[in-house]
Amino acid sequence: MVGERAQPEIIEKIRKEVGSDKDIVSQYLGYAGLLLKGEFGRSYYTNRKVFNDLLLKFPNTLKLALGAMIIAIPVGLFFGFISAYQRDTMIDRIISSLSVTGLSLPVFWSGLLIMLFFSLKLKLFPPSGTGDIRFLVLPAITLSLPAIATLARITRTTLIEIFDMPFVVTARAKGIEEYKIDLIHVFKNALIPLVTVIGLDFGSYLNGAVLTETIFGWDGIGRFTMEGIIKRDYPVIMGCIIVGTVIFVLINLLVDIIYHYLDPRVKLYENSL
Amino acid sequence: MKIACKVSLSILIFISLCSLFAPLISQYNPEKIDLDSIKEAPSFKHFFGTDNKGRDIFSRILYGGRISISIAVMAAFISMGIGLILGLFSGYAGGKIDTAIMVLVDLILSFPALLLAIGISIILPPGIYTVMIAITAVGWASFARLIRGHVLTLKDAPFVESARALGCSNMRVLFVHLMPQCIPLSLVMMGLKLGGYILTEASLSFLGLGAQPPTATWGSMVSAHRAYISSAPWMVIFPGMMIALTALCFNVLGDVLRDRYGLKTRR
Repeated sequence: MVGERAQPEIIEKIRKEVGSDKDIVSQYLGYAGLLLKGEFGRSYYTNRKVFNDLLLKFPNTLKLALGAMIIAIPVGLFFGFISAYQRDTMIDRIISSLSVTGLSLPVFWSGLLIMLFFSLKLKLFPPSGTGDIRFLVLPAITLSLPAIATLARITRTTLIEIFDMPFVVTARAKGIEEYKIDLIHVFKNALIPLVTVIGLDFGSYLNGAVLTETIFGWDGIGRFTMEGIIKRDYPVIMGCIIVGTVIFVLINLLVDIIYHYLDPRVKLYENSL
Repeated sequence: MKIACKVSLSILIFISLCSLFAPLISQYNPEKIDLDSIKEAPSFKHFFGTDNKGRDIFSRILYGGRISISIAVMAAFISMGIGLILGLFSGYAGGKIDTAIMVLVDLILSFPALLLAIGISIILPPGIYTVMIAITAVGWASFARLIRGHVLTLKDAPFVESARALGCSNMRVLFVHLMPQCIPLSLVMMGLKLGGYILTEASLSFLGLGAQPPTATWGSMVSAHRAYISSAPWMVIFPGMMIALTALCFNVLGDVLRDRYGLKTRR
């Protein structure tokens, strides 16, 4: 904060300002007090209120998360459906191996490759920065890759599980048309696991896709976190992590509430593996 | 799937052996700066090219693999150990101990995993042990939950009952009779988790929270060289490819294990 050759008096003054001259307990109580007032303190470097910065950057993160989900949901569901209906064929195997691959790619690497190909070689999109939709495309694609992979996998396993359930066999035995079976019996029952995955992914994107935002220079909470980490700007890091976790937990809660409407069998407390 | 399993196992063994015997394979010192050969493209002299300080990327990848793979594997074993023991106690003891452990598990699982790992690693000074601790601190929870569920189903099984009837102490029932029943399950879980741990390790290194320069890890190599993505893409492509390949092989193995032993997980 002060450089390597600072005078001891200045160091002492700053220690007083940020409160690191007090003992741990009062430091903690001070921070907890700030939190109760809905504040996260000020950044060590810019001296701006962390909370205000977070508010400023949240819309960008929201845009990116929505963009990623808009790509991921249809594509993931599509691949999952094809995989399930073409079960154990060549197509299924190809899609399954693609989705395992998608889960294994480090986003910071796939993001760089996407950037290299689409913006530096083909010059289709700007490589980095925050702005209109052209800036959004590449980071959203990068972020959607693991989500597509998870979604395709979950869709496939869920559908296959439901195909073998007695009520589907019954429906078929009663002579209901195939498309009605698919729509009413199969798809409705597949919704819960799918909503779970979509909710979890969305929740984790909302707390700032640290890696993707850093690579594409997208000015959201994720890059804010990263800058905080590099500069060891603790109020910023703490603020980002707390806000991120709160959002994540809220989304999870929302998903649980949605369950209730999707499936009347859902009880409030379920002990799952 | 069987072929895929064999192939990925062989690749993993190959990568591990190469990393282990790195000094025998590569004649270059991974940290030696050679300003005469900066940013050279891949050739027979430098398989994966050289970086902006003239260091041989192939050799840095081999040495970096030692750190990346061993952190992930160590973290997986420690997570499994902690999760196994706490899960056993939690499931077998029930009552307050169970509640306490499960509250902790739920607490950890309610955080977004990477964010929590970042949070833990910034408290500690950056380094390989920090990454290991961060992964373990997040990782043990899912093991504990799985093992607890398994213990609950085994608790009233005839073999446990007869062990108790024969006068075995609780500790003996736990560690001699129940634990061996839980180990296969936790190994499957470990197979499923390892790919993710490789990625977490790489992400933390990428963020600069892992091993510090000049030591190379795969994640930190991508991070350090990403500014050169257009002029010297090989500096970024090869280390990232190793991360993806290793994680992929672990994931394929994990899937095969899970299918064989019928373990159901959300992901």
